[in-house]
Amino acid sequence: MTAPLLRIRNVTCRFGGLIANNDLTLDVAAGEIVGLIGPNGAGKSTLFGVIAGAIRATEGAVMFEGRDVTAQDAAARCVSGIARTFQVVRSFDSMSVLDNVVVGALVREPATRAARRKAHAVLEFVGLAARAEAAAVDLTPPEKRRLELARALATDPKLLLLDEVLTGLTPAEAQQGAELIRSIRAQGVTVVLVEHVMEIVMPLVDRAIVLDLGRIIATGSPADVAAHPAVIAAYFGERRRA
Amino acid sequence: MTEVPPLAHMPGARHDDYDAGRRRQFAVALMLAAAVGTLPFVVTDVYAQNVFILTLTYVALSQSWNILGGYCGQVSLGHAIYFGIGAYSTVLIYMKFGVTPWVGMAAGGILAAVIALILGYPCFRIAGHYYTIATIVIAEAALLLVLNWEWAGAALGLQIPYAPDSWRTFQFGRNKLPYFYFALGLALLTWILCWVIQGSRWGFWWRAVKDDALAAQSLGVSAFRSKMSASAISACLTAVIGGFYALYVSYIDPGSVMSFELSMLISLPAVLGGIGTLWGPALGAAILIPLSEITRSYISGSGRGIPLIVYGTLIVLVALARPQGLVSLWPTRQRQMRS
Repeated sequence: MTAPLLRIRNVTCRFGGLIANNDLTLDVAAGEIVGLIGPNGAGKSTLFGVIAGAIRATEGAVMFEGRDVTAQDAAARCVSGIARTFQVVRSFDSMSVLDNVVVGALVREPATRAARRKAHAVLEFVGLAARAEAAAVDLTPPEKRRLELARALATDPKLLLLDEVLTGLTPAEAQQGAELIRSIRAQGVTVVLVEHVMEIVMPLVDRAIVLDLGRIIATGSPADVAAHPAVIAAYFGERRRA
Repeated sequence: MTEVPPLAHMPGARHDDYDAGRRRQFAVALMLAAAVGTLPFVVTDVYAQNVFILTLTYVALSQSWNILGGYCGQVSLGHAIYFGIGAYSTVLIYMKFGVTPWVGMAAGGILAAVIALILGYPCFRIAGHYYTIATIVIAEAALLLVLNWEWAGAALGLQIPYAPDSWRTFQFGRNKLPYFYFALGLALLTWILCWVIQGSRWGFWWRAVKDDALAAQSLGVSAFRSKMSASAISACLTAVIGGFYALYVSYIDPGSVMSFELSMLISLPAVLGGIGTLWGPALGAAILIPLSEITRSYISGSGRGIPLIVYGTLIVLVALARPQGLVSLWPTRQRQMRS
């Protein structure tokens, strides 16, 4: 097996007295779809922020493609090949849908003409081509999720971090979203997703990492993880274990 | 590098539309400039020509402000500091060292850009309204410094000594035409610069930073560098225009080239016409400045109250009825600018 794409080494994140991530170590291999799950307050979003460069870890290191990227800020990580979406969508609302995606494409294509061409192609890929000229602010919530995805994809990521992209969608929309994520992986992009909706996450991911109270309590195939006593305890409480 | 989606060949029509739209804007700007260029031959009244020159100066100033305040979203209410740096550099270098004001204008522009970078280093770490407040405070502090700076004339100001008419000394006696065309050139230059920025990746980056800095950073945009570069360009242009203004009126003092009122006047045309648009500052200045000159001469005499009441009323009306500015009343144009 080749070296992992992403390595998290002993990452600890403290916010004052609160320890959001406690000595986390994990690897993500190239080409995987990894689900980061856990109850509220487990530290998923913090870990996500640490990988994306939005949150600086108190201790520990983040390695990407064998390089230490711990000191890189969010913009530099994007240049390195890590792209993300936001849990609460953050579209550029004064711009058109196309221009939103152009901003992402400009990371690899300095010329705006080439970036526009690429943005059109990415919008086609995520199924938003018909809305390219619309104002981003006019999109429906599911469309906005797609726009976030398109923007992130336009940066040509090697690792794509998805923060609850399927939450709040109807089952049919979520199913389409899952298909889209599979086809993104088919392009060779490694995907790490934080998700709450278990029915959709479990069939989608190759491997699940379960966090609780800042620690990894289980990792493995979706089926193994779902049957893991610690996971059941974390989600349903001690009494349900019996 | 990982290849993401297969870059299917997209229909070229939309790109052609986009490029054609931009070229059309450029052509309109050139034609408009040419039309304005004939004005002094139609209207030969010296007072009216003075109003034209001031209006064009504010078109250029507000467009320069728009680069930082409109495109990059960093609202500065202290641009008078850069205007003052340009005005004082130009006049001081000419008076004290006998060097042609052209050098002074260029030096003022460079100095203003450097100062914008030095001030931006701490100031761009604070966001939103706090940044705006910082710009006001810094400009006021600079005003006080110059008020007490004996070598630079302190509160009395500086009077440029008369010299024979020539482009070298930038003096033309009572002939307004050279000033008029220089101001027109500045207005066109700043417009073209904004047009270039809008089509470049800097334009996209700056607008992204303005809309959502966090999201912009996640897409590889350095918010800090975007703000710094926008600020330096904006300050440089403002200073060059300040230098020109000093040469035109041939007398400067801290109150006329560094005051808070001037900072307001620099930003107001863009606010009125449409922040972050190509035509907003020009439209806003074309309405505000003549209005201000007329009210100043016919209503308020030497008092300054009435023009401010008029601006205030206009701004409130625009903010209530058309927060996007007056250019948004042209729906087709607006669509072109957005795409």
